[in-house]
Amino acid sequence: MSHQKKAVHPLDDLIRTDRIPHIWCPGCGIGTVFSSTLIAMKESGIDLTKTVMVSGIGCSGRGAGYVNLDSFHTTHGRAIPFATGLKLANPELNVIVFSGDGDIFAIGGNHFIHAARRNVDLTIICVNNFNYGMTGGQVAATTPYNAKTTTTPSGNPERPFNLPMLSYASGATYISRWTILHARDISDSIQEALLKRGFSFIEVLAPCPINYGRRNKEKPFDTLKLYQENTIIKNKAHPFELDIDFERGVVLGKFLDINRPTWTDMYNKTCRPKDFME
Amino acid sequence: MKPAVLSGVHFITGDVACAEGALAAGCRFFGAYPITPATEIAEHIAGRLPEVGGTFIQMEDEIAAIASILGASSAGVKSMTATSGPGFSLMMENIGLAACTEIPCVIVDVQRAGPSTGLPTQGAQGDMMQARWGSHGDYKIIALSPISPQEIFYQTILAFNLSETYRVPVLIMTDEIIGHLSERVVIPDESEIKLVSRPRAKGRKDRFLPFEPGPNGVAPMAIAGEGYNIHVTGLTHNEKGYPDMTVECQKQMMARLTGKIQNNLDDIIKTEGYMLDDAEIIIISYGVSARTCHTAVDEARSQGIKAGLFRLITVWPFPEDQICRLAERAKALITVEINLGQIHLEVERCVKDKVPTYLVGHVGGTIITPERVIETIKEAT
Repeated sequence: MSHQKKAVHPLDDLIRTDRIPHIWCPGCGIGTVFSSTLIAMKESGIDLTKTVMVSGIGCSGRGAGYVNLDSFHTTHGRAIPFATGLKLANPELNVIVFSGDGDIFAIGGNHFIHAARRNVDLTIICVNNFNYGMTGGQVAATTPYNAKTTTTPSGNPERPFNLPMLSYASGATYISRWTILHARDISDSIQEALLKRGFSFIEVLAPCPINYGRRNKEKPFDTLKLYQENTIIKNKAHPFELDIDFERGVVLGKFLDINRPTWTDMYNKTCRPKDFME
Repeated sequence: MKPAVLSGVHFITGDVACAEGALAAGCRFFGAYPITPATEIAEHIAGRLPEVGGTFIQMEDEIAAIASILGASSAGVKSMTATSGPGFSLMMENIGLAACTEIPCVIVDVQRAGPSTGLPTQGAQGDMMQARWGSHGDYKIIALSPISPQEIFYQTILAFNLSETYRVPVLIMTDEIIGHLSERVVIPDESEIKLVSRPRAKGRKDRFLPFEPGPNGVAPMAIAGEGYNIHVTGLTHNEKGYPDMTVECQKQMMARLTGKIQNNLDDIIKTEGYMLDDAEIIIISYGVSARTCHTAVDEARSQGIKAGLFRLITVWPFPEDQICRLAERAKALITVEINLGQIHLEVERCVKDKVPTYLVGHVGGTIITPERVIETIKEAT
């Protein structure tokens, strides 16, 4: 028995295995998004020495703590401006922001829209689990109408963000949305985003059975069934169609993939002296 | 490329001198957000950075401005931002992140009268305690206070050098009056400017411990993209940089963060004495207020009063030992500052009722006149 070889996971070299077990709950979707991200990094062929992951605060914000690359776990909402500094100071770096919906779109919403407008060459991966999981399940900017959370005990009275539409309006050059059932599509999208120069946004719907599902009478398996049965893949869908409403059906796919000059391109062209770049 | 060091004699404001000092110090990234009376620093450096190979960006708010400089510094580039009271308040959380993760950076606070929006175009020194304690938790930073445009040029270089040496945020606590004052500023030859860069990671990449302190208590720093696969977190972390939620680790980390400042006070603290040798009435002041005190000391001396000035160039860490020694021999200590007594609290703490202490302060908006200082000197005599 002692001769049995220790099992090695094919992504182990990209994981800080000495930090496992991770903090994510049973049934949580973040792990799937995380491993799809690592697969994308590997398969894209990018120089991993020059690849950096930046996270904010929250469950998804722990991503940076598990990836075996240069990784920065910053303050709540500020992953994007921190990542902007990294990228602008060294344009050779591939900079990935891995964080949650509360972090990127509530406390950090202002930074998201401005980084998209500037077309900073970043890959933003947002795990959207419809609530603040780390703090026990409070309402978020993405919580559906009427959903119960600890701070909306009678149901959420507010309209949630349509994140792809927000990205589109802000100036992102790559936008896609998947659920954790679409692991292959997530990886393909992230790979495209990594190889693309420009601000890329990938939203992944992920279950939070402990804090969100439990209060909304959604068993872990029910959530996955919704992902399978009440979604439709429609590439290039109009951003207006992308509100999340599982009763009407949620649209997934790659919605936008265009090119425009990045912040660094425009800065070099507009602000550097004419003879500087020669 | 244009020269980064504009050697020669200039007639410029404190804000412009600060920007030129940053360029001379090797600053190549500036994350900005406009605010009176600090805006001119950003305006000046916005034009200069791209011509010396640096990068300037105006971010969407002060929180983003400081976050961007922490990112840029993590990529190995000396980085700075500048602001005033309201923006300084917004920067506090990430000043704590910089202190906790030991990312070198320089933050300039061109102080105006507060609280809140206050008097945006009028000077004050009301952010001195905020500079020390503004972010949550125990931590230590370095704060400097310049007396003139000439000095702000040199202090900006010093700020970068200290920040790189100790991997700590360094705050330049200037004010609207120095910021907007035009004076003669001599920028020396590049060869005369001594620059310091952070200690860098060496050796085997798989064995590197990013928060293992070197001989002076400061850990060598790995730069993003060098292959050390470092993890940097604002959570309490061990020498490997990994989160460790134990009291033991918190003790070790805090000992390192505070120790690297506390054990190098002689190298960090800079002060200046004026007519101190035989002084019986000693004024303690800093920044623009120290200019007032120079005049007051001269006037007191002409009236036969043995007055002297002890000027804080470094305000934080506070020169406790020096102040305690002054308290041993002076008849009275007078703190002069444009606030209701912030540094005065520190002076009182050091004096421990050994001699009488006086405060000449006010709520901000104007400088303190020499007459008021002289009045108090006479009262104390």
